[in-house]
Amino acid sequence: MSQTKKELLVDPLVDNNPITLQVLGICSALAVTSSLQVAFVMALAVTFVTAFSSFFISILRNQIPSSIRIIVQMVIIASLVILVDQILKAYAFEISKTLSVFVGLIITNCIVMGRAEAFAMKNPPVASFIDGVGNGLGYGLILMLVGVIRELFGSGSLFGVIILQTVNNGGWYVPNGLLLLPPSAFFVIGLLIWAFRTWKPKQVEEREFKIQSVEAH
Amino acid sequence: MSETRNQGLIARFLAAPPDSVGKTIFVAVAVCLVASMIVSSAAVALRPVQEVNKLKDKQMNILQVAGLFEPGQNVAEAFKAFEPQVLELATGRFTDQFDAATFDDKAAASEPDLSRALSDDPAGIGRQALYRTVYLLRDEAGGIDKVILPIHGYGLWSTLYGFIAVEENGNDIFGLQFYQHGETPGLGAEVDNPRWKAMWNGKKLRDDAGELQITVAKTQPAAGPDFYVDALAGATLTSVGVDNLVRFWMGEQGYAPFLEALKAGEI
Repeated sequence: MSQTKKELLVDPLVDNNPITLQVLGICSALAVTSSLQVAFVMALAVTFVTAFSSFFISILRNQIPSSIRIIVQMVIIASLVILVDQILKAYAFEISKTLSVFVGLIITNCIVMGRAEAFAMKNPPVASFIDGVGNGLGYGLILMLVGVIRELFGSGSLFGVIILQTVNNGGWYVPNGLLLLPPSAFFVIGLLIWAFRTWKPKQVEEREFKIQSVEAH
Repeated sequence: MSETRNQGLIARFLAAPPDSVGKTIFVAVAVCLVASMIVSSAAVALRPVQEVNKLKDKQMNILQVAGLFEPGQNVAEAFKAFEPQVLELATGRFTDQFDAATFDDKAAASEPDLSRALSDDPAGIGRQALYRTVYLLRDEAGGIDKVILPIHGYGLWSTLYGFIAVEENGNDIFGLQFYQHGETPGLGAEVDNPRWKAMWNGKKLRDDAGELQITVAKTQPAAGPDFYVDALAGATLTSVGVDNLVRFWMGEQGYAPFLEALKAGEI
């Protein structure tokens, strides 16, 4: 194995982060980061699904016919997602109400499919499991960072605890309503990617083309 | 004996090339079977807990709109204070046709026999049930203290579902609350803001002449402050939706016959 178990777990947090480097799973990152509590539960759910789907797919990897491998992966992933959805509805009803369709959409989260196809199909179960946990946590880390910014400046609170008393409730802080809307996450994630790549210049991709410089006449 | 043959089968199966037709079909069927069994057993096993949650959520909203909710209280216990009744909207009287404890409002709204298509439909709901479950709160003497009426209608993005609590005189609003909607966070979703909800308390539905005057608007109408709730800033269409749905449900197509009977003391 080329990577140690620790590298499998830690690499996706910063060096090979699924959101900032691979730019996967953006859709749900836009939708669920307007409050930290929701982002946290979503991160846990994605971590759970990625880890176990990678694990089961890796167990079956030598038996899965390559002609139907994507469908087999989807069946496993979808079952796990429905399981998570049902458990949330039973034991965390309030949160499942706010997450609504986004739990179901974990099925289409590119991170889960990406790890199944790129890693679990070629590696043993335990390594795949750790890789899944690592990528889920990497996704969760960005979700939480974006969530802190959006909830603090959008509604003046963190985890629902009021930090900046908003004008609507008789305080002084005028919240930035844009931050509560999904498009704001584009700006926040874009700035995060910029910050990450300034910190780790290795992540900067090479240009696919060069802008022609024209000589002055 | 059959076991050894089985093992032989499994060994042969594992050794078979994954891409053979037989194995492809077998893997597909086996994966689907196992997955569907896990999913369906989870769904069946967890359904009772989920139903309890849904019911509790609804009861909590009824308690909140009636001003009886306290954090940490036993919701089911506190909810016993309410008396559910099935109301026939057209006559404004309770009906014994259905059992209030089991009457399914959602199913009734799409049942052809129990609902009607609306031609005049300001609330944007399409079909309206002929019967609704309403909740009565009685005072110590046994008279009616408040009635909790379910309302719904279209806002900007979504249908808003909620309750309105009306005092025993059939005209004073005690509270209004939505328990399900998909309006814009920070703008239309401010219908959940406690400060905005508190403005409904003490408003009146009709003036002395019996005209329906309650309005959600940006500026105060001629009828005066008793009939006016300030619209939400930055959420014009949600406010218009709330205005429409409240006026629809409080009007002749909605609970007006019932509220009149309540006012006259006939209930």
